[in-house]
Parts: sequence; C-alpha cells; structure tokens
Amino acid sequence: MKSSEKLVEIKNLRKKFEATTVLEDISIDIHQGEVVVLLGPSGCGKSTLLRCINGLENIQGGVIILEGEKLNEQTKRIHLVRQKIGMVFQSYDLFPHMTVLENIILGPCKAQKRAKKEVVKEAEELLLRVGLFDKKDVYPRQLSGGQKQRVAIVRALCMHPKLMLFDEVTAALDPEMVREVLDVMLKLAKDGTTMIIVTHEMQFAKAIADRIIFLDHGKIVEESEPNVFFSSPRTERAKQFLNLFEFDAI
Amino acid sequence: MDFNFVKEYIPHYIEAAGLTIRIAAIGISLSILLGLLCSIIRYFRIPILHRAVGIYIELSRNTPLLIQLFFLYFGLPKIGVVLSSEACAIIGLVFLGGSYMAEAFRSGLESIANSQIEAGLSLGLTKGQVISYIVLPQAISISIPAFSANVIFLIKETSVFSAVALVDLMNVAKDLIGLYYKTDESLLMLVSSYLIILLPISIVFTLIERRLRHAGFGN
Repeated sequence: MKSSEKLVEIKNLRKKFEATTVLEDISIDIHQGEVVVLLGPSGCGKSTLLRCINGLENIQGGVIILEGEKLNEQTKRIHLVRQKIGMVFQSYDLFPHMTVLENIILGPCKAQKRAKKEVVKEAEELLLRVGLFDKKDVYPRQLSGGQKQRVAIVRALCMHPKLMLFDEVTAALDPEMVREVLDVMLKLAKDGTTMIIVTHEMQFAKAIADRIIFLDHGKIVEESEPNVFFSSPRTERAKQFLNLFEFDAI
Repeated sequence: MDFNFVKEYIPHYIEAAGLTIRIAAIGISLSILLGLLCSIIRYFRIPILHRAVGIYIELSRNTPLLIQLFFLYFGLPKIGVVLSSEACAIIGLVFLGGSYMAEAFRSGLESIANSQIEAGLSLGLTKGQVISYIVLPQAISISIPAFSANVIFLIKETSVFSAVALVDLMNVAKDLIGLYYKTDESLLMLVSSYLIILLPISIVFTLIERRLRHAGFGN
C-alpha cells in the first residue's frame, strides 16, 4: 500500500507535562497509504503522541511536519491543518444534541464550507458503507457503542482527511462490537487510507499494520514489520509485553 | 370587599403591569446577554477580564437589589449622574440578573466534557465554532432549570422598583392603600397581577424542562 511519499515527518519530538517527560526523542516518518500501529503498555505515551500529531497537545521540542507544513502550538491556523487529519477517540465523543447525520456534516459544512447537499449525499453513502444508513436521523444515545464508534469514524472520513488517527477506539466496547469497528478499519486500510492506530488488540494489529512501533516510557523501543515484531521481537521489553497476551506462557 | 373599587382601578394595574413586564423583559434580556458573556469569560479564564467578572459577580450577588437601586437613584446624582427611574430600574435589574445568569450558564458550561471540545477541534472547527455549535447548545439546555428559576426570581424582584419612584404594580397598590385605605382590594389585585404574569411563565418553563428531560440526550 505505501508509497515513497512522506505524509508525516516527526523529528525528535519531546513532550512534557510539567516536570514529567512523556515523550522523548520520537522520530517517525509515515508514508502515504501506510498503516502504522503504536503498541506499548499503558502510560507509555502512545495516546499523547497521537494527540500531539493533531495539535491537541503542545510540544516542548522537535517538529511535526504534515505535507511539508510545520505543525506546532505556534501554528496560527491549526484548525486548517486539523482539517487534514481525522481523529477517532476511545469515548466516541459524538455530539449528543445532534442526530447522526448532523454530527457527520458539521465539520464539512462549517469548517470546510462545503455545500450541504453534496455533504449529505456523501455522508449517506459513507453510512451505507458502514451499515448505519437507517440510523442517520437518530440521536447518539439511541446507538450502541459499536454503532457510535462507526459513526465517529464516518464523521472523521467525511472531511476527506489525509491521515486518520485512531486512539484505542475499541477499548470501551463489548467484544462483539469490537469486530464491527475493526472491520470498518480493515476496509479503510485496504482502500489505502493512511492511518496511525493505537490499540491493545494484538491480532488486529498484526492483521492491519504495515509497521509496528513499540513504545515504552515515552521512547521508541522497537520498530519493525508486524511479522517480525510478533514472531521474533528484538528487544527484551517487547518480548515481555507480548508475553502478557499469551496465556499458556503464564 | 368593594368590587366596584376593584373594577374601577383595574386599568391602573394593567398599565402598571405593562410597565413591570416591559422593564422585566428588557432587563432580563440584557441580563441573559451579560450573563452569557460573563460565563464565557469565566469558563475560558480570559486574563484580567476573568478577575473583573469574578469581582462583579460577588458584588452583585452579595448586595440586595434595593441597595443597588438606592445607589443608582440617590447616590449617583451626588456625583452629577442623574438617571431616570426607568433607567435605574433596568440597570439595577441587569446588574443583579447578569451575575445570576452567569452562574447558571457557567454550571452548564462546566458540565460539558473537555473531550467534546477536542472532538470539535479535531474536526478542524475554530474555537469560536466549537463554542457556538457544540458547547453553547448543550450548556444552555443543561442550564435551563437554573435559568428559569432566575427569570422568575428577577420578575419578582421588580417589585422593589417602587422605591425609585417607578409607577409599577407595587407602587400603584401602595398609592391606592394610602389614598383610599382599600387595603384588602389593593393587595388582592396586586397578588393577582403578579400571579397572572408569573404563572404562565412558570408553566411554560416546566413544560420545556420536562421535554428536555425526556429528550435528555446524554451520551
């Protein structure tokens, strides 16, 4: 899937919350069409990394470059950069006072000023693709967790983002709903969407990733192809981490 | 009970009620605007203004309206600022109402999770758009109960305006009692007037609240 064109360049990124360093010297290049999965124990900084890429956190060092444009707290028109990045959160964060359709068209209509008619048509097509067309006029509270998350994905997609960020999007879901969300993401990967995914679903990571980046204590510990990472991790820390998911190893 | 007296003076009450309603409507509308502005300043902790609004809210909530009116009507002329009764009444009501409305809206604003704002920002909306499309609609509907209590409270507070020589309902009643000693009749008409104004408003708010609760969006 991946091309040689760099979509995102992260160089020597450093992020601190007051005195605590959360990310240290992170450098990653992400190519057009690539699917990168960030793995690591809780608190290793993977969610924070995603939030930095979307400008939701300011950074204390290094640079993030999206399509040649530098992105940091000084970026005045950060909202324009964000329009190129879709983000899906663990807690869905649909807007409860709007219907499914209204949730989806808000960004395209208000941020991108696209014509409502065209946006609605596209939103309906996307809803059809994730099997939620019949839910377009209901409110989020009437949806199951899995349905909410699929709507959240459609909401991000309708902006035509260059890059999609997924922050533990299945962590709050029941097991049978996890699948429906992951299927949508697999479809996106197949269509060549560039994605950075934070997840704890190891089988899924293995299936979807072009590259695994393993973080611990705010640093990149290991970076490799999924086959290599899951069958023969190079570092002791990654081995330990993967062992947590092997029950016969206990 | 002298019903002929009641009948004769009903027009006076109607006229005064008109004035009460007009001042309440203007004062409360401006209170809402002032309250919204103050609550947004407090919520986003806008430097300096944030402090000023804090002082205003404490000052306004911890002094009685009557004293505020005295200050405007009797105090200000001493330094050369002369305001009409009506202007004093409206300014006084807005000064009091603004802080109560600000607190009502603030409770609504603070109940909006930060993740809602982040979800809006990550769609590429500007801060202003996030406020007007995502934060305010939710915050306002959450603050409706406190808001409606404030509206009713402020309308009742208009009864002290007679102290600055405004010919409102209270003033008419006091006049009639003073002139004719028709205490029972005058007070009956006074109470009825306030009830006729306030009951419909109360009922409408109750209905709105009930609808909101049923629709209760919640995530």
